[in-house]
Amino acid sequence: MQVEKFYYDNKIVKAFGFATIVFGIVGMLAGLWAAIQIYYPEISLNFAPTTFGRLRPLHTNAIIFAFVGNATFAGVYYSLQRLCKARMYSDKLSWIHFWGWQAIIATAAITLLLGKTTGKEYAELEWPIDIAITLVWVVFGINMFGTILKRREKHLYVAIWFYIATWVTVALLHIVNSIEIPVSFMKSYSWYAGVQDALVQWWYGHNAVAFFLTTPVLGLMYYFLPKAANRPVYSYRLSIIHFWALIFIYIWAGPHHLLYTALPDWAQSLGVVFSIMLIAPSWGGMLNGLFTLRGAWDKVREDPVLKFMVVAITCYGMATFEGPMLSLKSVNAISHFTDWTIAHVHIGGLGWNGFMAFAILYYLIPKMWSTNLYSRKLATNHFWLGTIGIIIYAVPMYWAGFEQSLSWKAFTPEGQLKFTFLQTVINIKPLYILRSIGGFLYLVGAFFMVYNLYKTIRRGKFVPDEAAEAAPLVKVAAKKREYWHRIIERRPLTMLVLSLIVVAIGGLIELIPTFLVKSNIPTIASVHPYTPLELQGRDIYIREGCYTCHSQMVRPFRDEVKRYGEYSKAGEFVYDHPFQWGSKRTGPDLAREGGKQTDAWHYTHMYDPRLMSPGSLMPRYIWLLDDALDTASTPAKIRAMQTMGVPYPEGYDKIANVELMHQADSIAANLKKDKIETSSNKEIVALIAYLQRMGRDIKAEPKQAITENR
Amino acid sequence: MSVIIILLIASISVAALFLAAFIWSVKSGQFDDDYSPASRILFDDKPSSTTKTT
Repeated sequence: MQVEKFYYDNKIVKAFGFATIVFGIVGMLAGLWAAIQIYYPEISLNFAPTTFGRLRPLHTNAIIFAFVGNATFAGVYYSLQRLCKARMYSDKLSWIHFWGWQAIIATAAITLLLGKTTGKEYAELEWPIDIAITLVWVVFGINMFGTILKRREKHLYVAIWFYIATWVTVALLHIVNSIEIPVSFMKSYSWYAGVQDALVQWWYGHNAVAFFLTTPVLGLMYYFLPKAANRPVYSYRLSIIHFWALIFIYIWAGPHHLLYTALPDWAQSLGVVFSIMLIAPSWGGMLNGLFTLRGAWDKVREDPVLKFMVVAITCYGMATFEGPMLSLKSVNAISHFTDWTIAHVHIGGLGWNGFMAFAILYYLIPKMWSTNLYSRKLATNHFWLGTIGIIIYAVPMYWAGFEQSLSWKAFTPEGQLKFTFLQTVINIKPLYILRSIGGFLYLVGAFFMVYNLYKTIRRGKFVPDEAAEAAPLVKVAAKKREYWHRIIERRPLTMLVLSLIVVAIGGLIELIPTFLVKSNIPTIASVHPYTPLELQGRDIYIREGCYTCHSQMVRPFRDEVKRYGEYSKAGEFVYDHPFQWGSKRTGPDLAREGGKQTDAWHYTHMYDPRLMSPGSLMPRYIWLLDDALDTASTPAKIRAMQTMGVPYPEGYDKIANVELMHQADSIAANLKKDKIETSSNKEIVALIAYLQRMGRDIKAEPKQAITENR
Repeated sequence: MSVIIILLIASISVAALFLAAFIWSVKSGQFDDDYSPASRILFDDKPSSTTKTT
């Protein structure tokens, strides 16, 4: 057998590696800024794009899709070539993938700051960007599968399995969750409503964590950890078993994000059962990683790459034990909506994802520049700063979560709530300050890395095309069959992937209206569609990212019913495209906000929250008082809602703006009674209309019979 | 709750796809050897004679 000579493409790895560093810093800065806002609201600069509600989606998207995404791509492009003993299938596709992904990130950053958002966590990007993501993902898929098909190594190493699972599942998740009806360029409504939207969203949200932040990084662990330690993985058999177990179980666990909500009980229980089962495959991966280092712990003492990996894998183990525990209903009753969740995700984000990304960069860059790391000592300092940063971040957040939740649930002997919501927030303010210090240390560590890698690059020489040689694959199949076999194996497989996507899209477009429109018939007779003004107000609520701090879901607990009012029913959300239940209560729940305060209270509160509730941490929304409402979009919005089965009367879109102005005038008149002069076409008026509507439908007729038609 | 049907279809088709991949991989002998693949990745494929880097 003739040995073939070929070259590995290092340039694409370099590009993705640099993008990882740049967006890592950007994402962490956005996170730090958002963290400081929580105890020092003035740092929002009273400027719309830099308020918490817009900065937080920027932070999460930048970290998940830009930082971890680019790190994954760098690692995949490096390891896949070497595992397949082949250059990437197409250099052109590699670069389309790279520039396409960076363009998506840049557009995402701009649009999120401008308030263009779908209002669904981790899927905030608007429909044109969603389409671009799909296309770039397909390019990545073709490139990856093409490389796998032209490989010179018959055996698919376990890391490749993780990459394949990542690609397939993320494609599907993204498409299903992004089904939305465009209203205009950069504005759309989720096709699903209320409970259904929540279920799809958290099916997506959970599996995005699983297949964007876990499986690809596990794949990277299985390549880079043995390479860095220079010893084979502890048990190859275990890696195979835990891979298959992980991917079969993970996809069913999503409903654990919706415990005690209006989601049906059986769906909640299903999510819990699968979440508990997940401990086994997750810990299989963790132990396999740590055991790989058995007998090599002396190397960990020396090598910063291994140091980072050990802590990363340990954090993975902690997060995947904690996750199932958090999905137990009794634990979730305490943890949900608090900072406990924030601590949990940052053990995963800072520890597992961040440290793995750092380790890979520290490994790759000296290799590709054929030199040694500039300073091991500096890298070790980065490691310690990062580790201490994680601890100073996570411990206060766990504490804050516990303390606040217990305060929410505290009653006086007389049976009254012991604390107002605001008191529980002010109590944990010092912990918020500590958290931002932890994040700051972590960020400083990252800057150490930038300097260290810069120095390393300066003294090395980049090898753009790394020479390698390997024998081509021998076809073991009978010679006669080889003809058609080869043809089908080469191109048709890419065709298969493409057609699968097309079929999936086509099928879904066919299926969704049949399933959903019918079920949008209200199940509670007193629940009515939003008025045009309320709908516009709701879009402002979404635009400002109010859902990042306020939930709209009263769970059936004594303290919540006492504090907020009647617990939330599934039938109340049938016109909510998208749902806005939220996942964190930095501010109080708003599901029953309507009618609790006067219009004037809301007006002043938006101007400066601290005038109405001294000590409040909410940013000011001054621009809402000045900016005029865009009523030109009303008819299109009403028509979009009608398409999705919201029962506005025929031709309502034409008179919608008349009704809108009518309602706006009455709110303006109401404000005038409290000596607030405002013209009725301001955005604040629409927002007040929405806030005053929230949760009132079933308040009006408390004895209304609930007719469930399942 | 009819959206659960879509999620079931989606989730089951992914599971089915993975099951097919699993069956293929077992049948084609991907997992027959669970020792050498782990060691094999540790070796670089640098050409024996000429290397661009040196």
